[in-house]
Amino acid sequence: MVYATTLDHQRFTFDGLKVLMAKATPRRSGDELAGIAAESAVERIAAQLALADLPLRAFLEEELIPAEIDEVSALIQAQHDPAAFAPVQSLTVGEFRNWLLSPEATTEALTALRFGLTPEMVAAVSKLMRLQDLIAVAAKCRVITRFRSTIGLAGRMAARNQPNHPTDDGFGIALSVVDGLLLGSGDAVIGVNPVTDTVDDYVRICHLLDDLRTRLAIPTQTCCLGHVTTALQAIERGAPVDLVFQSIAGSEKANTGFGIDLALLREAQDAAKSLNRGTVGRDCMYFETGQGAALSAEGHHGVDQQTMEARAYAVARAFDCLLINTVVGFIGPEYLYDGKQITRAGLEDHFCGKLLGLPMGVDVCYTNHAEADQDDMDQLLTLLVAAGVNFVISVPGADDIMLNYQSLAHHDVLYARETLKVRPAPEFEAWLAEVGLTDAEGLLRREAPANLLPADLLALTSGGAHG
Amino acid sequence: MAEDRLPAKTATIAPHPRLAELRRFADARIGLGRAGAAMPTAAHLRFTLDHARARDAVYSALDPEPLRQLAQEQGLPLAEVRSQAQDRAVYVRRPDLGRRLDPTGADALALLPTGKDVVLVVADGLSATAVNQNAAALLHRLIPTLRDQRRSLAGLVIASQARVALGDPIALALGARIVLLLIGERPGLSAADSLGAYLTFEATPGTPDSRRNCVSNIRTGGLDPATAAARLAWLVNTMHEARTSGVTLPTSTTPLLG
Repeated sequence: MVYATTLDHQRFTFDGLKVLMAKATPRRSGDELAGIAAESAVERIAAQLALADLPLRAFLEEELIPAEIDEVSALIQAQHDPAAFAPVQSLTVGEFRNWLLSPEATTEALTALRFGLTPEMVAAVSKLMRLQDLIAVAAKCRVITRFRSTIGLAGRMAARNQPNHPTDDGFGIALSVVDGLLLGSGDAVIGVNPVTDTVDDYVRICHLLDDLRTRLAIPTQTCCLGHVTTALQAIERGAPVDLVFQSIAGSEKANTGFGIDLALLREAQDAAKSLNRGTVGRDCMYFETGQGAALSAEGHHGVDQQTMEARAYAVARAFDCLLINTVVGFIGPEYLYDGKQITRAGLEDHFCGKLLGLPMGVDVCYTNHAEADQDDMDQLLTLLVAAGVNFVISVPGADDIMLNYQSLAHHDVLYARETLKVRPAPEFEAWLAEVGLTDAEGLLRREAPANLLPADLLALTSGGAHG
Repeated sequence: MAEDRLPAKTATIAPHPRLAELRRFADARIGLGRAGAAMPTAAHLRFTLDHARARDAVYSALDPEPLRQLAQEQGLPLAEVRSQAQDRAVYVRRPDLGRRLDPTGADALALLPTGKDVVLVVADGLSATAVNQNAAALLHRLIPTLRDQRRSLAGLVIASQARVALGDPIALALGARIVLLLIGERPGLSAADSLGAYLTFEATPGTPDSRRNCVSNIRTGGLDPATAAARLAWLVNTMHEARTSGVTLPTSTTPLLG
């Protein structure tokens, strides 16, 4: 189908829904790299005007990627619930934006709507929204998940303590974990990106993190972010696996590039659940996504990167995931050029994920070849807290020495807690008080208790090079 | 004076003493202490300095003069080419253009001999600083070693606004069996001067990265030029004998790949 808008006697035509969606997307380098972006600022708005008049139903009638060749499209069709869709089925995309911003769209109404919406509908409406709109609507969504801590409650924000090390050295990882704990980070998960993807290292890292967690009696979960097939083998070997991690994308082809399909993810979820390690809940999957992942795997089918990202959320919501985050600034300036593009993408991803019912977090981050710096990260973090982000990621001093990029510092999480008044997960908050890290008002004490760096830390990490 | 400074000093909260003690074991920025919730001024400025170095490295320009001198000293034919990315702003946005030769490159390459074992390419990549600091020192050791091993050399190609895969059209144009490309790696906060080396056997445009072998982190404080040169020469020989590169290259006996 051809979509068209006429502006000042000039007619703009868009041949098909995916062309319309790509041209309506706020400017970003990845769509320009793919050769599908609007060619002028006015063409972009012409596309947005045409998109605003499009009935939401159109997304049920015209597929962006045919289900016959793509299991993610088939999944999206299977997930769609016509009864849940009923309250908004007669709206256009533009009217849907108005409805989302209206008082009618309460937390309860948005919760009930989740499976009535497809990723494409959510991506479409986000293209017509300002940052303020993305924040206002996301802040009304509430997605709560549980394993050993409860994540996503109102007025709270959790943090992933990310103690990566360039050689997976046990002592280096343990030191980094403790540094984060002393600053109050780790209630979402303590999660290491391993350097290698061997089962031996995976098992070693799982034991290291689990020993540390049990020794300090921390009500949180741990994760080694290796490949899902590595996790399956580690579970067979009896490793203490809390969460199974996997990077996912919005098409079958891109997922093939990650070495996964839906069946493999189901097998991994079953294996993790069989261990029954959660205490307050059983949400045991952890996913990462990011705009540009599908294009980089040549699996985007000519669809814009923001819509492909929203499609990845269809994959995530087929599982009981405790955590999912976009790695927004990590993929590089060829996909998100500068702080402005990274900021918008972070808020779009958070909005789309939340509307689709996901416990959305964001890795607020950038690389050194992107036009971004710490000021951009401060802005994105502050906006995400306003939007009610479930969790962020933090590393010592904002410097990830293994992946060579800048994520948030543990200090930045502390800023959000003290200045923006978001509290940790309740179980972790109680632990912080119990061990004496925080005072009666929940503020970090000046002096940390000595026993949090146990004298036998070296023995604990004897698998490491310094052990 | 000491008393005047006292309020400023007590405003920062010292790191846990055990952590401060253990900091020497880790490269990570642990045990920084804090000023309220924030990093203390010294740690904050140290970070911004490291980021500034990385940013300058991304926007640094390759200095061809030491490489021209080196080619002359070694009696190597020299060609200077560029990719289709005309400047850095385009380069970081358009990796596809950084992989394609500017049409003027064909003329420059026409002056080099064809059908040789190895063509050496020096590319700016994401850190010309890395090239300026490490490439000449590495090549001074590598070129004589390759000659001792009786490998014929097509020459030295200096490539600007270049990605790794720009070596592929160069190798094809010269009919060189192996392209050995030195390139500035994406700068991190801890090192902005890290040089990488990529070797590909019978490269042509579209060669997948799985067909390449890589030696990375060549810099002062990382892999030193002498060790790197030995590894690269070993890889060239192994590729020459096995007539392949990348994941299919038998490297089980090597202590060299990491």
